[in-house]
Amino acid sequence: MTVALSGKEIADKLEEQFPGSIVESSQDSLVVDSEFLLKVATSLKDTPDLDFNYLVAITAVDYYDYFEVVYRLTSLEHNHSLVVKTRCYERVNPVLPSVVSLWRGAELQEREIYDLMGISFEEHPNLKRLFLWQGFKGHPLRKDYL
Amino acid sequence: MAIKTEPFVLNLGPVHPSTHGVFRMRTTLDGEVVVDMEPVFGYLHRGIEKLAEERTYTGVIPLTDRLDYLASMSNNLAYVLAVEKLAGITVPERAEYLRVIMAELQRIASHLIAVGAFLNDCGAFMTPILYMIREREKVLDLFDMVCGQRLTYNYMRVGGVSHDIPDEFLPALDKFVRRMPGFIDEYDRLLKENEIVLVRAKGVGILPKELAINISAGGPVLRASGVKWDIRKADPYSVYDRFEFDIPTGTVGDCYDRYRVRIEEMRQSLRIINQAMEQLPAGAVRSEVPHLIRPPVGEAYAHIEAPKGELGFYLVSDNSIAPYRCSIRAPSLINLTALRDMVKGWKVADAIITFGSIDICMGEVDR
Repeated sequence: MTVALSGKEIADKLEEQFPGSIVESSQDSLVVDSEFLLKVATSLKDTPDLDFNYLVAITAVDYYDYFEVVYRLTSLEHNHSLVVKTRCYERVNPVLPSVVSLWRGAELQEREIYDLMGISFEEHPNLKRLFLWQGFKGHPLRKDYL
Repeated sequence: MAIKTEPFVLNLGPVHPSTHGVFRMRTTLDGEVVVDMEPVFGYLHRGIEKLAEERTYTGVIPLTDRLDYLASMSNNLAYVLAVEKLAGITVPERAEYLRVIMAELQRIASHLIAVGAFLNDCGAFMTPILYMIREREKVLDLFDMVCGQRLTYNYMRVGGVSHDIPDEFLPALDKFVRRMPGFIDEYDRLLKENEIVLVRAKGVGILPKELAINISAGGPVLRASGVKWDIRKADPYSVYDRFEFDIPTGTVGDCYDRYRVRIEEMRQSLRIINQAMEQLPAGAVRSEVPHLIRPPVGEAYAHIEAPKGELGFYLVSDNSIAPYRCSIRAPSLINLTALRDMVKGWKVADAIITFGSIDICMGEVDR
């Protein structure tokens, strides 16, 4: 059974390591300030007893007030998992750091989020629309897209 | 005098028999060698995630059929598991077993097409795939018996399955399970040591272990690279923890390993179906679930080991009758992340079999 690690416990450790990085945390997940996303992700991947070497999925949800991007991490060695979220309050031109440098599995998924949700990822090697054509207006998965 | 040469851009697809659907590989060639390749997606994009936000929870099930249309049962299963997790719905024992039987039959059907199409790409045009389709037909007949459909089954429901199996199903399934190992042996006899298959597939399109993990590859692609990771074992869902089976893995992660892993997985699926048939309990196949499901505010992620890799559904509920967000983790798309690395430096013909050995379904890639 994959053990879902407690978001609270991991958040406490991360807060010690990077003060101000955690926005909130619960049993199921933790929300990271987007400024700290790359640092936190690197730490989660490189700490030996966490060893999150496998990025299962990235997805984004539009909650009107903010976009929430959800990173689902798993360690194939320890068979445990963690859900890390980050929020983006900007609607016109939301930008987040890309995690492709850590997990290349993010490459196509970040392009998909950029295409359908309109969130840009800084330092992505090839950020362009994935499904819709270049020049398409709008981002269909946003809640205000009709 | 030297002849001036320059790289040449060739579009393979979107409508090309070897791209298994509407997929385009924009290749840059130096003679016959692929120097660069860019996959172009989106020709089959139907916006299923957006459509799901406008339908009731039950109404989304037919949409999931149209993701990986070679494995509709698996898609149904992943989706209903997510809704059940979100709404806290339990499933009767008999339905759990029926789900496992259907999912494993579906794996066999999907792998048969994967292997057959792969050999087609190798140049063994149409003969091997017809051997595979002959057996897949038997699986489709079984599905036809339980739900009246041969491609888009729409069989699973939140809280169980839509119908109990008819009386003639179990004898037919038993016959299939007894005959199938012989057919798999036949494929092996024809192809395992076939010189052409070995020369074309061994050492071609290697995906190293570290890269496979880093690009989040899943299913046979990940296992062929030597990673023993199968959600049915690592994070058992439904009743998979009650069955004995092995996880076949490859060693180098070349096209041949991916092909072998699929053949071995079919044998393991048969083992699971055998055990499920023995243990199949009597009883209801569906629990009492309201027509309009209103899960409490929250979110749930459920994942299964689909034939092509980890298929996951992430549902967010705002306590209405439709999902607020339905996000799909599509194994076919993610497995293509390293395609460029795998085909660079190989000839066009090798690029095509490398792509074929990943086994994708465009319905799921583009959604």
